[in-house]
Amino acid sequence: MPRPGFVLEVDGSTPPILFHHGEGFRLEKLPAGRSRVVYPGEPLEPIDDVDQAIEDALLHPLDTDPLPALLRPDMKLTICFDDVSLPLPPMKRPDIRQRVIEAVLDMAAAAGVDDVHLIAALALHRRMTESELRQAVGDRVYDAFEPKGLLYNHDAEDPDNLSFLGTTDKGEEVEINKRAAESDLIVYVNINLVAMDGGHKSTATGLASYRSLRHHHNVNVMRHSRSFMDRHSSELHHSNWRMGEVIRNAGVKIFQIETTLNNDTFGQDGPMSVLAKREWEWSTRDRAAFVGLQQGVKLLKPAARRKAFQTWRAPYGLTSVTAGAVDPVHERTLERCFEQHLVSVEGQTDILTMGLPYICPYNVNSIMNPILVMCLGLGYFFNMYRGKPLVREGGVLIMTHPTPWEFHPVHHPSYIDFFEQVLAETTDPLEMEQRYEKQFAEDEWYRHLYRTSYAYHGVHPFYMWYWGSHALEHLGRVIIVGGDPKAVRRLGFKPASTMADAFEMASDVVGAAPTITHLHNPPIVMADVT
Amino acid sequence: MKAVLFERKPARYAAAAVAGRIVPGRGASVGPLRLADVDPPELPGDGWQRLRPRLAGICGSDLATIDGRSSRYFEPIVSFPFTPGHEVVGDLDDGTRAVLVPVLSCVTRGVEPLCPGCASSQINRCERIAFGHLEPGLQTGFCTDTGGGWSIALVAHESQLLPVPKAMPDEQAVMVEPTACAVHAARSLRGPIDTVAVLGAGTLGLLTVAALRAHADVTTIMVTAKYPAQQRLATELGADWVAAPAELARAIRSATGSFVVGGRPTGGAEVVIDCVGSADSLTQALAVTRPGGEVLVVGMPGHTSLDLTALWHRETGLRGCYAYTVDDFEAALGLVGEADLGRLVSATYPLSRYEEAVDHAANAGRRGAVKVAFDLRDEKERTR
Repeated sequence: MPRPGFVLEVDGSTPPILFHHGEGFRLEKLPAGRSRVVYPGEPLEPIDDVDQAIEDALLHPLDTDPLPALLRPDMKLTICFDDVSLPLPPMKRPDIRQRVIEAVLDMAAAAGVDDVHLIAALALHRRMTESELRQAVGDRVYDAFEPKGLLYNHDAEDPDNLSFLGTTDKGEEVEINKRAAESDLIVYVNINLVAMDGGHKSTATGLASYRSLRHHHNVNVMRHSRSFMDRHSSELHHSNWRMGEVIRNAGVKIFQIETTLNNDTFGQDGPMSVLAKREWEWSTRDRAAFVGLQQGVKLLKPAARRKAFQTWRAPYGLTSVTAGAVDPVHERTLERCFEQHLVSVEGQTDILTMGLPYICPYNVNSIMNPILVMCLGLGYFFNMYRGKPLVREGGVLIMTHPTPWEFHPVHHPSYIDFFEQVLAETTDPLEMEQRYEKQFAEDEWYRHLYRTSYAYHGVHPFYMWYWGSHALEHLGRVIIVGGDPKAVRRLGFKPASTMADAFEMASDVVGAAPTITHLHNPPIVMADVT
Repeated sequence: MKAVLFERKPARYAAAAVAGRIVPGRGASVGPLRLADVDPPELPGDGWQRLRPRLAGICGSDLATIDGRSSRYFEPIVSFPFTPGHEVVGDLDDGTRAVLVPVLSCVTRGVEPLCPGCASSQINRCERIAFGHLEPGLQTGFCTDTGGGWSIALVAHESQLLPVPKAMPDEQAVMVEPTACAVHAARSLRGPIDTVAVLGAGTLGLLTVAALRAHADVTTIMVTAKYPAQQRLATELGADWVAAPAELARAIRSATGSFVVGGRPTGGAEVVIDCVGSADSLTQALAVTRPGGEVLVVGMPGHTSLDLTALWHRETGLRGCYAYTVDDFEAALGLVGEADLGRLVSATYPLSRYEEAVDHAANAGRRGAVKVAFDLRDEKERTR
């Protein structure tokens, strides 16, 4: 029986706590008597027979007919799936998307459906490479569809392949992939790694254009998404749900398939397994393994170290697969997500600490540049709450990450310009949105690279910054421990060389004896703060 | 009287070239530069006056000469020994404070008829700078007959003197000469111009920004600056975008919406003003100028090796920009006050500490300084 997540009160006997630090780790001693650690739950029991579970979901969907009943020979069927940003880290093969897509294709074949397209629903993310597509859909599907041009990446900048479906009652324009919009049925295959994922956001965001996305990927919406991991309190999701209604009213039929994974990120044995264990339970062997891991990592050159981490494949177990109409499917998914991730936490803290790992949704097989560090910390990790933020308004966020002044030139070209040109002028999300977003979003060079190379869209670094806009507004100070001081300052944050220095710097804002909460993430943990 | 002298000593010049390459400014201590006791220069004729420098600036061209980096092009148009210093504000015998227009043109040399350049008031294009009754010298500060600003006294023709308004501090007045160079560059542009990039944010680069804002019709000014103080001043003086040189190409690409081929923007700035004059800066200038655009060389270049393929292929104009006309000088006199350019004077030294002064000037950027000058106002000999 897996143990749920819990909150540890730090006392004199608590050993140093693990902090992720990019492609490395730190052990930090937290002050006794006023610190606590929020630990994730242990991996939920996975489903034994995944194929059977998938078949059951497709044959017994929620609030819609079984999938075979929706399939007919002369129909247009489009299977859309989450892109390379999910799951994190990537999972061991076979990827759950592959297993679901193969099951859907088997049923389509049985029904005589010939006109089938598969689309990576990547919105304004970079295009997936062949190996990434193979990882997601499997070699059999790739080889059957890609050579015929039937498996491809969504192109949000292809005017000939976008359909405008209307506007919401709030004036939000809804424009999505034309092939999907004109299909008799969209089957959307999700990996719901966290509660933010899925629901109407799948289609309304994953298959949308900039024209449509800008209505919810903006500062105002993100500041009113509290948090964006709690869909019922998230303006981001409210907007997507309104768009979902427009899509439905336009006659687009969606058969939603959502899957949830357990917390088995680092495995139960092997070199990374110690990262999922609670420090005071580390055996002598675990300690040796950690020291070996830490030293081994240090010995590697940066490029080799990055490669070593990026090749890690998580042995996640499937905890649910649900199919049918979007809303009921998603509600059930949320229950499973929260069951794995949610931990009750009483009260807010003065200082929130977090160790940022080597990966976030936008640097798979890539470099975690400073903007992504900001997004992971102030966007994703800060928003891992329900109720209210773990840290009080005006409190301090301390993150550990090397934060190198380094960018992937192919994946993140507009990020480089954003860092050099926009952040040099302002870190205020509203100001940058007004002064610079349009220029980057409509830059023909970025557009060209997004469409033909493997670059994130020109506007994407803005979205990364907006993702952290709620935290920026909420926090009194942000400190990065162990980061490149120049890069950290460019982000508008304070650099500290040690955790002790960071606590000292935080005392200017929160006093000499603040309360401290460490979010022990990953594996994923989300705080239910009362 | 005391004067810093630059003599023709090939061995010492070679030593300065080596030392200056290793440590900028080191040429002052090992090269042919020395503090000497010399006779004051004779008045060459009618219309000449004695000028007692109050402040005399150290210019990039002075540093190039001291560190042995000057081109041999100058050999026939300078005369030895000379006292450097062409950025000068001083006192005339009648007590008038004046700035020096250092170009030694036909009028100063008693040459008649005037050459075509001087006849059209473009003294910077004078064709007689090695002729007439003066020894060769393109400017005061490079001519053995006139003396130079790094001394107690020099001689100047009345056509070289512009009175300084009483309210203008010496620190502003000493900036008039370099400002005139910048004004000349700015006034040579035919507007309106969408984007101008200024390479370098030393004295000349910063003054060029100020001059562009005052005397050219430019929408966006982009500047490369290595050091924080330079970046701050460039912004204060009117630059729209300031950053490290390595970021320029990306910024220009972004600002002009161009594509990229081979790491270079396919488009670029309409005009690039090179205030550095090195092979690197000229290469960068050619790379970021749009097809059909123009590179203006304001910083003094030397013997340089360049790949000119881009210049050919993109039909880039490459134009030098030397000194100024008297009109430019008068405009500069106004601009130094309006833009408070005296704030660029970061440090002053007495003549006796000329080696320190040169070292400071040669490393001004990294030491947070811009213009370094000699302050002669308290020199004892001045009042004799």
